[in-house]
Amino acid sequence: MNLEELLSSFAGADEIELENVTIDTEELILKVQQALIASGMPSVAGVGVSPELAPLEYKVPIREYKGSVAEVQLGATKSEGGTRKHVVKLGAQKSLYWFEGGIVNRPVVTFDVFDVAPPLPRAIREHVEDVWHDPAEWAKKAVKMGADLVTIHLTSTDPNNQDSSPREAAKTVEDVLQAVDVPLVIGGSGTPEKDPLVLEKCAEAAEGERCLLASANLDLDYKKIAQAAIKYKHNVLSWTSMNINDQKSLNRLLFDEGLTQDQIVQDPTTGALGYGLDYTYSIIERMKIGALKGDEELQMPISCGVTNAWGARESWLNNDAWGPREHRGPLWEIVTGTAVLMAGADIMMMLHPLAVKTVKDIILSMTGEKKSRNVRYEDWLTV
Amino acid sequence: MARLSPMDVYKALPGINCKKCGVDTCMAFASKLIEREMTPADCPPLFEAQYSEKQAALIKLLSPPVKEVVVGSGEKAIKLGGEEVIYRHELTYFNPTGLFYDVDDSLPVDEIKSRVSAIEDFGVDKIGRTLKLDGVAIRCKTGDAASFGEAVLAATETTELPLILCSHDSEVLEVGAEIALDRRPLLFAATPDNWEKIVEVALKNNCPVVASVPGDVEGLLKLSRNIRSAGISDIVLDIGTNTVGDGLAETINNLVILRRLAVEEELAEAMYPILGVPMVAWIDAKSEIDAGFEEATIAASQLLRFCDALILHSTEMWQNMPLLNLRLNIYTDPRVPVSVEAKLYEVGTPDENSPVFLTTNFALTYFTVASDLEAAKIPAYILVADTEGLAVEVSMAGKKITPEVIQDIFSKSGIEKLVKHRKLVIPGVTARIKGELEDATGWEIIVGPKDSSMIPGFLQKTPIA
Ligand code: SF4
Repeated sequence: MNLEELLSSFAGADEIELENVTIDTEELILKVQQALIASGMPSVAGVGVSPELAPLEYKVPIREYKGSVAEVQLGATKSEGGTRKHVVKLGAQKSLYWFEGGIVNRPVVTFDVFDVAPPLPRAIREHVEDVWHDPAEWAKKAVKMGADLVTIHLTSTDPNNQDSSPREAAKTVEDVLQAVDVPLVIGGSGTPEKDPLVLEKCAEAAEGERCLLASANLDLDYKKIAQAAIKYKHNVLSWTSMNINDQKSLNRLLFDEGLTQDQIVQDPTTGALGYGLDYTYSIIERMKIGALKGDEELQMPISCGVTNAWGARESWLNNDAWGPREHRGPLWEIVTGTAVLMAGADIMMMLHPLAVKTVKDIILSMTGEKKSRNVRYEDWLTV
Repeated sequence: MARLSPMDVYKALPGINCKKCGVDTCMAFASKLIEREMTPADCPPLFEAQYSEKQAALIKLLSPPVKEVVVGSGEKAIKLGGEEVIYRHELTYFNPTGLFYDVDDSLPVDEIKSRVSAIEDFGVDKIGRTLKLDGVAIRCKTGDAASFGEAVLAATETTELPLILCSHDSEVLEVGAEIALDRRPLLFAATPDNWEKIVEVALKNNCPVVASVPGDVEGLLKLSRNIRSAGISDIVLDIGTNTVGDGLAETINNLVILRRLAVEEELAEAMYPILGVPMVAWIDAKSEIDAGFEEATIAASQLLRFCDALILHSTEMWQNMPLLNLRLNIYTDPRVPVSVEAKLYEVGTPDENSPVFLTTNFALTYFTVASDLEAAKIPAYILVADTEGLAVEVSMAGKKITPEVIQDIFSKSGIEKLVKHRKLVIPGVTARIKGELEDATGWEIIVGPKDSSMIPGFLQKTPIA
């Protein structure tokens, strides 16, 4: 037992008996004084200390939660009816903070890949320029750059883009499935009339692969998407626009279609850093807390489109006063990603390789897989 | 902690409904106090002798679970802490994280002065306001009290910004504190080894003190108690900061533990603001770029996990812009509505030839467009459509910008009578619905740039009238 602890346990006792302890008297007097100050007793030397202090009682504040988040599996291996080498499991948290229950399933990052690339900021373009005419090659490169999953956005199906057919889109999905062995997120073009048809066809082509169909929302035929997911064994992304009540309604509607908690991932919309991230941050916190309190309509893992960070002008605008955009841009995405991760995101859709790496580093910090550099904290004073 | 109820607060008010506070009832005033829209000083009767007990009870009741500690003096003084809640949606966060930037005493005096000026002059414009840095952390790299004293003197001669004096040596801090007398610098740091001497310096010079015990919550709480018992009431807690990796996870966990103990359990030793030092990223850094990214990443995570003050090194714009925006977001009051009224707005004094722009009623979107036009001195009309408070891109994706919504704002605003031309500039990202809007309005729809900062250049190429 260390001396200070010993002494503090005696604080308040009238008589102190020490057995088998040798200490020199000066040290003892000093320590006694310190211990008395620490325990709030008037010290021997009479230094003025507040008499109302109780002994320090402190426990690590770990909470009990009534509810938990469902576990959603993305991807299926051969034995499960798919062809993926790796599957990704999301959610299953029983507590809010990392130290309360450990990391059940670590959050993951999915790389955005497009069948027809939209105009991308230069900071990103330079990393994918060699592959961006070939989604399969792009997907391979994404996996090499650390993606846990790949999201294939079928932008070409937009009637205002190439208006490519659901069948053509399904072919692209097959190509990407061939090219990589990680699970897939399949995204439409954001065209409400067409997305359900496209996703349905792709779901069929990828039958049994447990992809994530992105996405069902309140403005399109979500029923078709839900039915396709059930029929061809996939999961559905339930996407709403920064409104927790809408999110609950859509989730409920998807339940009504026959989907269960372990087939749904929810996306409350990610606002870019500086442009609405605050709403996203608080909605995610509320969703997670709601889930743990037992709200069944919120007990699904959460997905965030961190790529939206690039919507902020500060991420891409060329402006000398703002410093080099090749750093500013990825950092904009990193900070956006860090914020949603800390709020409780389970899967993050991202775009810049450095942003992916950095956010993954934080995730691997949580799990302990990434070790901190060996530095002494105090050294910042003299660095 | 359960948030205060108006009833709790009401019990500590005179209860005579005299309306001197400008509110109809004491009960209503109680709600205002809880929301921090008013303060006890707004209730004159409370200060009458007969209510002195109530007054004392009220002050105690209203003191936040995280003490508000003032660093610095005068106009630039900064309040650290003062927080009431763990989650911002429960109320709001009050005092934005103080961002302090280091200066070391080994630099020549003129370099110290120019770095301090750079910290002071730093500013980023954001929708009509300037985001600034808050203070200077002077660290004793030389180990020499005289050099430190010179550095502190140079800083105080250059700036009124709040200071943190950084050394573990009480003699060094004493020299610094005496030079910065009346500036109320924060002393970094008292540790389990040196705290008695540091406390002496702090008491003598009336300074707030950082209690620092890296990685040891219990040790930190004990130290905080020792310092408080010795007569210091303004304490800031430092649980250490680790670089990205398992250590950072531990740092973040400890930050949550500390804040929970303060807010939810009201453990006296934890009820102080917390300081983080993302600058650790610069220890043995591979390169400046690496360190810059790591420092920003650590800073972001600490800012999100309740740190009330941070010490950083890089004053690079690319690194600090994201952090300042994060701070702005997180410390925005969630009680303030997210949308502006959907109607016609004017920038400057527009006339019948002025351009007409369409945007959404997400407050930030509207203010961004308006301030860009103002900055470029372009008199214009802005038609703000009701997109339920969503930004442009989100509105597009969520089908909130529809011909119906546009038609609605068109007829309500009377814009057709205000301009001679029939041209509406729509945001670049809404290009997809150009045709529909043309049908709905009968106007010529011009697809504008994807960002309103580009409007001036756009108008040169595409004159409206
Ligand atoms: S001034 Fe004080 S006593 Fe009078 S109504 Fe207001 S709160 Fe009540």
